[in-house]
Parts: sequence; C-alpha cells; structure tokens
Amino acid sequence: MAPEQDTVISAQNLDLTFQTGDGPVHALKDVSLDIQKGDFVSFIGPSGCGKTTFLRCIAGLEQPTGGTLTVNNMTPDEARRARAYGYVFQAAGLYPWRSIARNISLPLEIMGYSKVDQKTRVDRVLDLVELTGFGGKFPWQLSGGMQQRASIARALAFDADILLMDEPFGALDEIVRDHLNEQLLALWARTQKTIGFVTHSIPEAVYLSTKIVVMSPRPGRIADVIDSPLPKERPLDIRDSKDFIDIAHRVRDGLRAGHSDGVS
Amino acid sequence: MRNIVPVLTVIGAIIALWYAAAVPMNIKETLTQLERGGAEVTPPSAKDRRNLGHIGLIAANSFAARAALSQDRPRLPAPHQVAAELWDGTVDKKITSKRSLVYHGWITLSATLMGFAIGTGLGILLAVGIVHSRVMDKSVMPWAIVSQTIPIIALAPMIVVVLYSVGLQGLFPKAVISAYLSFFPVVVGMVKGLRSPDQMQLDLLKTYNANTNQGFWKLRLPASMPYLFASLKIGIAAAMVGAIVGELPVQGGGLGNRMLTGSYYGQTIQIWSALFAAAILAATLVAIIALIQRGTLKKMGLA
Repeated sequence: MAPEQDTVISAQNLDLTFQTGDGPVHALKDVSLDIQKGDFVSFIGPSGCGKTTFLRCIAGLEQPTGGTLTVNNMTPDEARRARAYGYVFQAAGLYPWRSIARNISLPLEIMGYSKVDQKTRVDRVLDLVELTGFGGKFPWQLSGGMQQRASIARALAFDADILLMDEPFGALDEIVRDHLNEQLLALWARTQKTIGFVTHSIPEAVYLSTKIVVMSPRPGRIADVIDSPLPKERPLDIRDSKDFIDIAHRVRDGLRAGHSDGVS
Repeated sequence: MRNIVPVLTVIGAIIALWYAAAVPMNIKETLTQLERGGAEVTPPSAKDRRNLGHIGLIAANSFAARAALSQDRPRLPAPHQVAAELWDGTVDKKITSKRSLVYHGWITLSATLMGFAIGTGLGILLAVGIVHSRVMDKSVMPWAIVSQTIPIIALAPMIVVVLYSVGLQGLFPKAVISAYLSFFPVVVGMVKGLRSPDQMQLDLLKTYNANTNQGFWKLRLPASMPYLFASLKIGIAAAMVGAIVGELPVQGGGLGNRMLTGSYYGQTIQIWSALFAAAILAATLVAIIALIQRGTLKKMGLA
C-alpha cells in the first residue's frame, strides 16, 4: 500500500533477527507501522519486545533483516546521513570536558555550521528546554533532569524534523519525570516535531502520545496500536480523566495479552 | 598535611632500620682498621674474629659501633654519609665538575626527556593506529608486548653499538633505549583510553553522521586523557631507567655511569648517592606530571 502524503516513517513487514551463539533471536517480527508528520508515538512493552530495536532501526543504527522501512521516503541510512532525526539516549551522555553550550554545539560543529549560527542555535534550544543561563555550566554542575534536558536540546539543535527518544526519562525519579513530560509536550507543541518515544511507563505513554504502540516479546511484535482521543492540550491532571484511565486500561490489557502469548 | 605524618613515619622507620643494618655490615672491616691503628679489639686474632658473628663482634666491641658508621669505603654506607655525599655532589661542587651530581644528573635527565618525548610520541601514534586499524591491532600489539620481555640490560649495549656504527653516539642512543622502555605503557594506556567511550557515545556520533576524524578529535582523544596521564607517569620513570641502563656501557657520564665507576672502585658511598640522586630526580619528574595531570583533568571536568 502506498504511504499517505504526510507519512514520515513507514515500516512494512519489518523483521530483524540477531544471530547469536544460542541460535537466532527474533528481535522484530512482521512489524508494520506508519507514523504521520507531527505524531507523538510511544512504544511500550516489556524488556525484549523490540521497542528500542525498532527505534534503532528507524535511526539506521540497526539493519533490518527483512521488510521495508522508510524515513522521509529514504532508507534509514540515507535519512541518517541527511541528518533527518535527533536521537536522545537513556543516559544524557554529555561530554564532561565541554560546557553545556559546547555540548549542544557538538552536532553543529560536526555538521559544519558557522560559529555565529552555532551560537544562535544553542541559545534558541537552551531556551526551548528552559536552560537559558546554564550554557556556561559543566555537566557535573547540573542535576540529572537538567542534564537530560541538555541532551534533548543537543538533539534539537540542528532542526531535524524527527526526534527519537529511547527511554530518556527512565533513570529519573517520578517528580522530575512528570515535570519533564509536561515540558516535552510544550516543546512538541512549539516545534511540531514528529516524536518516537520508547518507555516502560504506562502513564507516561498515555500522557504524552497521540499514538501508543504496544509491543510484546519473543518474537518482538506489535500487539496493539491505540490512537489517543485525548486533546492536544494536556494538563497533568488529565491523568485523572476517564479517557485517560480507559486508554491506560487498554494498554495494560495489550501488555498482558502479549505477555501470556509469549509464555505459552 | 595529614598525609605527611605517615610518610615521615615510614621514612623514619627506614632510616632506623638502615642505621641498625649499617653497623653489623661494616663491623669486620672497622675492627681490622682499628686494630691496624693500634686499638685493642676483642678477640685480637683476625681468625677468631672471622668465626664470630657480626652481632657477637658488636657485643664484644661496642666502642667500634660509631666508627662503623663513618668508614671511607663501607659495605653499607650510613644514611648521613650518603646525605653528605649528596650535599657535596649537588651544592658544594661546581656543576661543571665531573664529580658533580648535578652535572651527571643533567646528562641523565636530558637523555630521559628526549627518550620520553620519542617514546610518548611513538606510543600515541601506535595506539591511534591500533585503535583505527584491525590489521595494526593484530600485528603491532603482540610485538609491543614481546619487546618488553627482552631484558633491556642485554639489549642496551647492542643498541649503543649498532647506532655507533652508523655514526650516532652520545645523547641519542641513550634516548633510544629510554624510548624503548617508555613507549610501552603509553601504547597500552592510550589504546585503552581511546577505546574508553561506550557504545552509546559512538552511536550518538553515528546519528550525527560524524566521520572517523571527528570521532577521534572530539570524543576519543579527550576521553583518553586520564589514561594518558596514568601512562605518562609510568613512562617517565621507565624512561629514566632506560637512560641509566644506557649509560652503563658508555663513557659519557651520567648517573648510570657514576654508579658503574663507583662499583669498579668500591666507592659505595658514590654508588648510593648516585642511586638516591636518580630516585629523587625520577620522583620529581613523576610529581611534575602528576601536577600537570591534576590541572588538566580538573579543567576538563574529568577529575
């Protein structure tokens, strides 16, 4: 089937099998998914369900062994070379020897932006993640949540349309995580990016996403895709609404079904 | 300042042990000399004295213990004799004198520093090659390890002779021996350091489509600095050992030369003072690198 006009990421019957000493491991099996421009898509599932692997395939960091995958109508590798996406890892991974501003300008230096351009862009993304004034600080002077915000700023600095995030808030406590979730939604609304977001947390997935992809392990596959009826404007207390609780229920059911499948 | 107390305690214990050992080590020769000088020693016969143990001799001739610590050519010089010789060799002698420890120390130091520079440069180059090329990883690393299993004392004269035959002598052959010892810790440390960035860091650069060059200058090299400094500290001490060994077979002076001539002529005080001069010099060099390390790593946020 032909992808729709504004389909940014399209996977058709994607397979990825790792050859290991214990025989082949089916990290992804028959995964088909379209992501539209401006979507906020969460991937949720237990360990080993292939959610991170799928994100890494989109980023061109893993090579699928079957099926087709396009990003901006290119292969993932071409998209990577065209710097189509920013990637945020679970750890902030800031260089301790660079100030926050110089960490954020790292991709800009590599991509050959001019010094003046680097400075304006760094200032702009520092403002986006609410770290204005912290550019001169070093990573160790910042809290874990601030470091992760800096790493998001680094991924935003070069204007990629797609933001891929692999459990970016997984290592942070719940209070910080709530705050960052709110900020992330605001940032998404301001920048109109397409976001792929891997998480373990059901409330986080439901709160953030326009589309929730529930995955199950062995082999890694999609168990359910839920289009969220929640409005774009989402205060934190939306998590007490009936819609929210219903979606969370459906996600949990999907996870449970996938899990028993895997065991039987 | 709290560190100074344990250090001083250990030094005090060593000096006490040293004095305690110096008396029995030197007692026989001391008694022989005293006897020649007309003093009465017990037992009076040299043959009987031979059969008596060192401790027994001291017990019988306790008046000689002081003299045992001020022999001209003692088996084991006392700490104050070595200290006096060190003082004499560094402060009292003109530095142009062939008996000045500063003169010999400078010869050793210049070979050490040149060898250290060559060794460090070579070590870093090899490490960069090993990290970026599988072929070099497989071929160079085993040879680097094998090179360190050859006793340097056997290799040093050959290096001196071979280089002499192509017209190179003086500082350079010693620096080569020095470099031979000091490149190895730098290779090992730098290979580990350049490989220290984790997979996530490398993936991040891949998402920027960074090339190998950018990965090296922006990530691998800065990340390797703590490893480099650890290696440099070992490397400079090894370079010093190399320079001293390199001085043994040649007549150009230097602390190694000083130790060797001392042993030819039974000048134990000279050997020990040269030994201490070398140890103090090496400790100073290591301390200087440690200082640079502290400053650099602190500035880089790595310490």
